[in-house]
Amino acid sequence: MLYSKKVMQHFLKPKNIGKIKNANGIGKAGNPNCGDVMYLYIKVGKRKRKGREEEYIKDVKFETLGCAAAIAVSSMLTEMVKGKSLEEAKRIDNQAIVKALGGLPKEKFHCSVLGKEALDSAIKDYERKKRKNQTPS
Amino acid sequence: MTRKVYLDYAATTPLAKEVLEAMKPYFSEKFGNASSLHRFGIEARGAIEKSREKIARMLNVKANEIIFVGSGTEADNLAIKGFALANRQKGKHILISSIEHKAVINAAKWLKNYGFEIEFINVDRDGIVKVDELEAKIRKDTILVSIMTVNNEIGTIQPIKEIARICNEKGVAFHTDAVQALGKIKIDAKEICLLSGSGHKVYGPKGIGLLYKRQDIRLEPLLHGGGQEFGLRSSTENTAAIVGFAKALELCENEMEKESKRQAVLRDKIIEEILGYDFIKARLNGSKQRRIFNNANFSFYGIEGEALVLLLDEYGIACSTGSACSEKTLEPSHVLLAIGLKPQEAHGSLRISLGRYTSKEDVDYLLEVLPKAIKRLKKITPYK
Repeated sequence: MLYSKKVMQHFLKPKNIGKIKNANGIGKAGNPNCGDVMYLYIKVGKRKRKGREEEYIKDVKFETLGCAAAIAVSSMLTEMVKGKSLEEAKRIDNQAIVKALGGLPKEKFHCSVLGKEALDSAIKDYERKKRKNQTPS
Repeated sequence: MTRKVYLDYAATTPLAKEVLEAMKPYFSEKFGNASSLHRFGIEARGAIEKSREKIARMLNVKANEIIFVGSGTEADNLAIKGFALANRQKGKHILISSIEHKAVINAAKWLKNYGFEIEFINVDRDGIVKVDELEAKIRKDTILVSIMTVNNEIGTIQPIKEIARICNEKGVAFHTDAVQALGKIKIDAKEICLLSGSGHKVYGPKGIGLLYKRQDIRLEPLLHGGGQEFGLRSSTENTAAIVGFAKALELCENEMEKESKRQAVLRDKIIEEILGYDFIKARLNGSKQRRIFNNANFSFYGIEGEALVLLLDEYGIACSTGSACSEKTLEPSHVLLAIGLKPQEAHGSLRISLGRYTSKEDVDYLLEVLPKAIKRLKKITPYK
């Protein structure tokens, strides 16, 4: 199996590895039986853009058990979402990840889907926690 | 420059220089078709028959019981399909182990389309075929049993002598895929009906294999044509490859005693050191004792095999894995699952296979680099 240069770069020198201590969103995708598990930690902050307040991904880190493609997807994904508003981040799909990586072998496409799922799961987790905090006790 | 260390001899081996020299004349100078009547043909025929005799002697069988084919896979296919099709009036039940090479498994599965029944024999946690289960599963209509001599992934040596005895007693034909055993352990094929071998696993060329077929065993050919190889494998003989195969096996035989001891010492060093790691949980896959001298196979907890192999490749080390992520099918190794590994353990497997050109320094380099590679992946994984 031949990986693109970009995949190998991200696999050999992955960016944003680890946990975020005070992450306000944690996403998980995959399971060890399939050989791939991805954890995505996000720290969502608020900023003003064009006169409007928006939520954005201030920091993001990952932990992944998986093949070179799964690791590269995780690393690339963190690079792609960092600094993006939540709305922008939600619009990133697995095709965009594949494209950013300069392509993936067909049988590794599911790794990009896994990345998308981990991102969705992290954002959902953030929103759930936010709702919970807003609910008057 | 990165140092290059090849530790994937179970996948393939480099052609020995002596073998290349032996082959060279048969590409251009002695190019004749062995079926031709003239001196060019006679020359090629002579070289082929000499090679056949040489190999037959090593296996303690007759020369006309050796059939040259195109690969180990072809030998397995000819043995399984060829036997089944020629003997279907005797019965349609075939037994194979759950850790056979895909060539045997898929050839047997194909036969299901023609009314054959394939049953698997389990192995124990050590990766050894359960002989009592085999004995119990042999039925009146069982025609063939196929159990490999040495497993290609975990290196376990199967009790083929005992299995051959049981099959002979029960009047069932016995085939063994000896691709990983040939040239490494002494094989007396006399008690066996069918045995497969391959050239490129023994420092010979790719594109050549052999099937030993006991004289009384009947096979249906898979290739029809000019009737070469006793009518069982039509195709103009690949003289250079046949000569190379025989030369390669001769070298293996000469070095067997020395190499088996030397490589076993290196293998044991690898096993001992890796099982002693305190930074990752490692297990040895396959029996420690009943194992071929050049194979070590591990599962590492919390990391994935394809990533490990690619990372090791960055350090110049070549080995392989049974992880699904290295397979087009995305299924983890059936062998590792058969010995009772959980899928996640199978995904984290690493096979290291040594060979004639593996030095002590190569092993030292592996043992220096492997912890670095594992620690890099440990940093990335959520399973610490």
